[in-house]
Amino acid sequence: MLNMLSAMLGRTTIVKEARRGNVGDIIYRVLAYAFGLSFLFLTLWIIFELAYQAIPAFQEFGFEFFWSTTWDPVAGQFGALPAIQGTLVTAFIAMALAGPIGIGIAAFLVEIAPRRVDRVVGFLVEMLAAIPSVVYGLWGIFVLAPFLRTYVEPWLIPAVGWLPFFSGPFRGYSVFTASLVLTIMILPTVAAISRNVLRAVPMEQREAMLALGSTRWEMFSQAVLPYAKGGIIGALALALGRAAGETMAVTIIIGNARRIFESVFEQGVTMASIIAANFTDASGALYRPSLFLVGFTLFLITFTINVIARLLIKATSSGPEGGV
Amino acid sequence: MERNKTRADNQPSGSHEDPRLESQPGNRDGQQKPAGAQGQTSGASGAQAQSMEVQGLNCFYGGFKAVTDVDMTIRPNKITALIGPSGCGKSTFLRALNRMHEVTRGGRIEGKVLLDGEDIYAPNVDPVQVRRKIGMVFQKPNPFPTMTIYDNVVAGLKLAGSHKKSELDDIVEDKLRQAALWDEVKDKLSAGGTDLSGGQQQRLCIARTLAVEPEVILLDEPASALDPMSSMKIEDAMQDLKKRYTLIIVTHNMQQASRSSDYTGFFYIEAMGEPGQLWEFGETEQIFSNPERQQTEDYVTGKMG
Ligand SMILES: Nc1ncnc2c1ncn2[C@@H]1O[C@H](COP(=O)(O)OP(=O)(O)OP(=O)(O)O)[C@@H](O)[C@H]1O
Ligand SMILES: [Mg+2]
Repeated sequence: MLNMLSAMLGRTTIVKEARRGNVGDIIYRVLAYAFGLSFLFLTLWIIFELAYQAIPAFQEFGFEFFWSTTWDPVAGQFGALPAIQGTLVTAFIAMALAGPIGIGIAAFLVEIAPRRVDRVVGFLVEMLAAIPSVVYGLWGIFVLAPFLRTYVEPWLIPAVGWLPFFSGPFRGYSVFTASLVLTIMILPTVAAISRNVLRAVPMEQREAMLALGSTRWEMFSQAVLPYAKGGIIGALALALGRAAGETMAVTIIIGNARRIFESVFEQGVTMASIIAANFTDASGALYRPSLFLVGFTLFLITFTINVIARLLIKATSSGPEGGV
Repeated sequence: MERNKTRADNQPSGSHEDPRLESQPGNRDGQQKPAGAQGQTSGASGAQAQSMEVQGLNCFYGGFKAVTDVDMTIRPNKITALIGPSGCGKSTFLRALNRMHEVTRGGRIEGKVLLDGEDIYAPNVDPVQVRRKIGMVFQKPNPFPTMTIYDNVVAGLKLAGSHKKSELDDIVEDKLRQAALWDEVKDKLSAGGTDLSGGQQQRLCIARTLAVEPEVILLDEPASALDPMSSMKIEDAMQDLKKRYTLIIVTHNMQQASRSSDYTGFFYIEAMGEPGQLWEFGETEQIFSNPERQQTEDYVTGKMG
C-alpha cells in the first residue's frame, strides 16, 4: 500500500526531486489521493451492494422479474413491469412536454431576448432547478392536482377522453399529475443546458445563413439547430435520466398502485417510488432483494442515459454549465 | 415565390438596363463567357450587376459612432476595394451595405444606401430581400458543418423554395466552377462542408453566395486567413465574377487591391475613439500611383500600418 502510494506521488522524477522534503506538499497529495480513492471505493461499494443484495430475487424470478405484473408481498410474488411502465411513461411524457418548451425558452433567451431579459430569466430558470423535489411534490398535491381537477379536467376529458390512454375518470393522484410535476422539474435542466448549447453556436454560422437571405426562423432552424443538435439531444437525455430517477415528488403524487395502468388518469407506481414507499416494511426472504433488484435496474437505466447525455453535451457545449 | 417574382421583375428591366451596362467600358459580359458557364440554367436568368450609392452614411454600435459620413458610388461590374488601417470601420461599412450591421447588438445606421436607386433602409424594405440581392462572404470561412458540400451550395436556394433535383445539380456545378472549386470537389460532393481546406472552404462559401444569384457581392478580407495559393485562386475567381456581379472587397493586401480592383476606397481614422471616414476614393490606378492625400500615400506605400 505504501509502495503504491509513493509510486503515485512520485510520478515524475523531476517534480519529486524539486519537491523533496516538502512535507506539506506530501501530506496534501496523500490526502487528495485518499479522498479521491475513497470516493471511487464508495461508488463501487454501492453498486456492488445493489447487485449483491438483489441476487436472491434474480435467482428466484430470473428475467421473468422484468415481465411479471404481479407485485404481491404477501404471496411472495414480485414483478417489476408496473414500476418499469410507470417510470418509462412518466419520464417520456415529461420529456415530450419539457423538451419543446425548454428548447423554446432557450431559443427565446439566446436568439431573441434582450440581454437583460436573458440574464433575469436565466437566473429564474436556475432558481427553479434549486427547489427541493419534496417541495415540488407538495406543490403537485396541494396546488397542481386541485387546479387540474377544477380548471383543466372539465375540458380535457371531453377533448381527449376518447383516446386510449386518456380514458376513465380523472384523478388528482395519478400518472398524469406526476408526469406534469416531472415536466416542471426537468424543465430547468432542458432550458439551462440548451441555452448553453445554443450560445456555443458560433455567430458566424448565424450570419452565414442570414447573409444567404434567410429569415431569423430559417436561420435558427437550418443553421443553429443542426449545429446544436447533439448538445440538445444530450440535454433531453439528461432530463430523461432525471425524470426516471426522480423519487420524492413522484412518490407523493402517483398514488403507488402496483399494477399496470391503461390510462394516464389512473394511479401507478415507478421504480423509484416503489422503493421509497416500501423499504420500511420490506421483510421476507424475497421482498428486500426484489427492491434491490428494482434499484439496480433503475441505476443501470439512468446511468446509461446519463453517460450518453454527458458525452453528447460535452461534444457541443461550452462555458460553465449553469443551473445543473 | 418571392424570389421568382424578383427574377421575373429583373427580366424585362434587364433590357432597359442593357444600354447602361454596355456603356460601361470593360464590361465583357457580351463577348466572353464566364469560365464555368456550362450549366447556364441559372446563368441566363442570372444576376444583373447593379450599382450602389451610399449617401451620408453613419454607422453606430450603441452610442459609439464607428463610421461617419461616407458618400460613395459603386459601379456595376467593377471590383471596388476598401483598404485602411485596422479598426477604421471597413467591416462595419461593408456590413451596412447589406443590412448585416443591424444583426450586431446595438448596430444601427443613419444615412442612405441605394441599390440601383432604391433605398435598402426604407421602412417597407425587407432586410431578407436585401441580403438576397447583396450577398456576403466573410473573413473566416463559415461553411455549414452539418451539411454536405452539395447542400452548402444550395442552402440559400432551398430557402427560396423547392427546385428540381436536376436543376440543383446544374446550379451546384455551375457555381462551384465559378468559384474555381469544381475540379477539386466534383468527386466528393457528399463530403461534409468542413472536410475541406481553409481555402477550399472559402471558395465553397463564395459558391454558396453565388447560388442565390445576388447582384452585388461583399467580401470581407476573404483571403486573409489563406495561403498565397488559395488567395490567388480567389483573386482569379473574382476576375471572372465581375463579369456578372458587382464586387466590393475589404482587403489588407495592397498588391491584391492594386492588382485586381477597379476602384479603391481608403478608410482612415484620425485619432483613437474617432469614427472612421472614407478618406479618399477613386480609380485604383490613381489611388495607388497618385493619391491626393498624404495619409493615403503613406498607407499604400507601406509607411503606415
Ligand atoms: N460588435 C461591435 N461592438 C462595438 N464596437 C465594435 C463592434 N465591432 C467593431 N466595433 C468597433 O468599430 C470600429 C470599426 O471596426 P471594424 O471592425 O469595422 O474595423 P475594420 O476596419 O474592419 O478593422 P480590421 O481591418 O481590423 O478588420 C472599431 O473601433 C471597433 O472597435
Ligand atoms: Mg474588418
